[in-house]
Amino acid sequence: MARAFTPKVITANDLLEGDVIYFTAEDTWTRELSEAELITDEAVAPLRLLDAEKQNIKIVGAYLADAQAGPNGPEPTHFREDFRRKGPSNYSHGKQEAFANV
Amino acid sequence: MYKYNAFDEAFLAERNAQFRAQVERRIDGSLTEDEFKPLRLMNGVYLQLHAYMLRVAIPYGTLNSAQMRQLALLAEKWDKGYGHFTTRQNIQYNWPKLPDIPDMLDALGEVGLHAIQTSGNTIRNTTADHFAGAAADELTDPRPYAELIRQWSTDHPEFQFLGRKFKIGITGSPNDRAVVKAHDVGLRMVEKDGEIGFEVIVGGGLGRTPMVGKVIRDFLPQPDLLPYLESVLSVYNVLGRRDNKYKARIKITVQENGIDKIRELVEARFEERRHEFDGTDQALLAEIKTHFAAPQFRSGDTSAFDATYSADPVFRAWADTNLAAHRQADHAIVTVSIKAHGQTPGDASGGQMRVLADLAEEFGYDELRISHQQNVILPHVHKSDLPAVHARLKDHGLATANVGLISDIIACPGMDYCALATARSIPVAQEIATRFDDLKLEHDIGHLQIKISGCINACGHHHVAHIGILGLDRAGVENYQITLGGDATETAAIGKRTGPGFAYDEIVPAVERLVETYLAIRTSEEETFLETYRRLGMEPFKTALYPEAQKKVA
Ligand code: HEM
Ligand code: SF4
Repeated sequence: MARAFTPKVITANDLLEGDVIYFTAEDTWTRELSEAELITDEAVAPLRLLDAEKQNIKIVGAYLADAQAGPNGPEPTHFREDFRRKGPSNYSHGKQEAFANV
Repeated sequence: MYKYNAFDEAFLAERNAQFRAQVERRIDGSLTEDEFKPLRLMNGVYLQLHAYMLRVAIPYGTLNSAQMRQLALLAEKWDKGYGHFTTRQNIQYNWPKLPDIPDMLDALGEVGLHAIQTSGNTIRNTTADHFAGAAADELTDPRPYAELIRQWSTDHPEFQFLGRKFKIGITGSPNDRAVVKAHDVGLRMVEKDGEIGFEVIVGGGLGRTPMVGKVIRDFLPQPDLLPYLESVLSVYNVLGRRDNKYKARIKITVQENGIDKIRELVEARFEERRHEFDGTDQALLAEIKTHFAAPQFRSGDTSAFDATYSADPVFRAWADTNLAAHRQADHAIVTVSIKAHGQTPGDASGGQMRVLADLAEEFGYDELRISHQQNVILPHVHKSDLPAVHARLKDHGLATANVGLISDIIACPGMDYCALATARSIPVAQEIATRFDDLKLEHDIGHLQIKISGCINACGHHHVAHIGILGLDRAGVENYQITLGGDATETAAIGKRTGPGFAYDEIVPAVERLVETYLAIRTSEEETFLETYRRLGMEPFKTALYPEAQKKVA
């Protein structure tokens, strides 16, 4: 039996900065997972990935990652994506650094 | 130390210019990522979870103070102020931006450093005993041979597209500090009838199928080194599997064909190849050796050391753990621990790197080493200078007296940085170190090596740890497997799994139970953890790890 489809976001790394980015419903890229497009339709997911990959000139390695709806937008379901969203746990570097500065 | 000649410099400058153009073409869209990726990997540029990573080779782990200062500059100018020293005697920068990397490589080139062949299916940076040229037990300095291998293998046309990466490790001492038995080829200097040569070991490796290398030649005369290595590689190039990445390393070739068949083929190939060597390599080696001549060791009174040793318990604790015997009795080898309790193993700030560079310049004949244990070595320090060196280290958080102890942990970057990781390793190391520091037990426990990898690739050497920890992803949750009884020395062994793994918050208590058990059952303070394990086997440790399971059996 095929596994039930779980919602996805499209994520990649920025070509220049190398940091984590997410694809929005407007075909732009954001640094915030909460602003990403949450794809709930299995048939749409590969098409949106193709849309994202049209921008391969400025991104690296787009893929579909599991996510779930939260009060403020998509949230990770797996710890790997949670780390990608925040940054490493040994220093306050990466995205969490920016949060600390606001 | 090895000085680049004009040819080396021109080669490096051209390589860097090429890569600069490739980066420009990727940024302007003329190269796709598929085209660019192999090019960046050839220049040590990875993409990790949060950023690019630049891996810089530190050939045979040797640096001078100018090079160390340049590493500090890179950390501060283009990274977040620190660098990570790794088990392969490299330094990795975790936060460079792609457009800056060509400038970083040029800056490295100014001091003769580079990132070539730190990646890809080539012959990688040859690693060497970090006490090379200094150790009391050394037969001869292995670094000239490592340099010879580097010059021969860099851009060698026959070996740019091997079946898989190829790692060579070398030690000039019968006591193996370079884990040569876990390399594709390990070279161990041995003496036979008054002549010094190599014991050649082949097919070692860690990763998903860990193996201890096997001796293919018990004595290889020194002049035969390159033709023999070429023969090994050429046999591997033909026989090695290319159909399956996981079966492509030479360890599998050796396992599938048997060491005897490989030996036969290599010896046959060697008969052909040796005649192609006309002595040029030996002339080159002789020239290289002049760069590695030992410094003019100063002599002098060592009473300052003795006085501080008896008066200052902090200095004494540090001297007892962090010093090793130098071939000059009035000198010592200083291992500077980059493992302050609770810090990330192997991370040094730019400021700390500069302190180390200064110390090397003032007290250490301008020499530094990086060990595969992720520490920094001052290989030659006169004993009378040790109190001053220690005081300076203390001022900069570098005087942790824990070399060889439970908090001297090897940890790979794991899920905090690495895109391949299945779990974190750094915080596990930080917590183990902090826990045993709080318990004030570590000096009582004595020699104990813990090594942690964040996935089966085993970059953290967990297979050869006394206590190995492997982080896995079990149904979306971090889970840690324990292995016991691994050994990274000349008596190399692969550790055995204890049983089911432990959740993230259970792994530190599990290690604590192992250590408590050891303390309770060792015959004396002299018996190390590994010796106790070898004497009694897995059972007492299993009982401590899995009390529930034991109850059920009872
Ligand atoms: C971007 C980060 C890294 C990547 C992608 C990576 C990749 C890999 C892979 C795929 C293997 C398995 C090779 C095989 O079994 O054929 C491996 C092994 C290994 N790596 Fe890494 N690694 C990374 C970081 C490191 C670091 C930080 C170190 C040093 C601390 C390191 C040292 C090693 C060692 C010692 C081995 C095992 C020895 C062997 O090759 O059998 N790696 N690595
Ligand atoms: S062992 Fe795995 S997690 Fe650790 S550095 Fe190597 S590839 Fe990454």
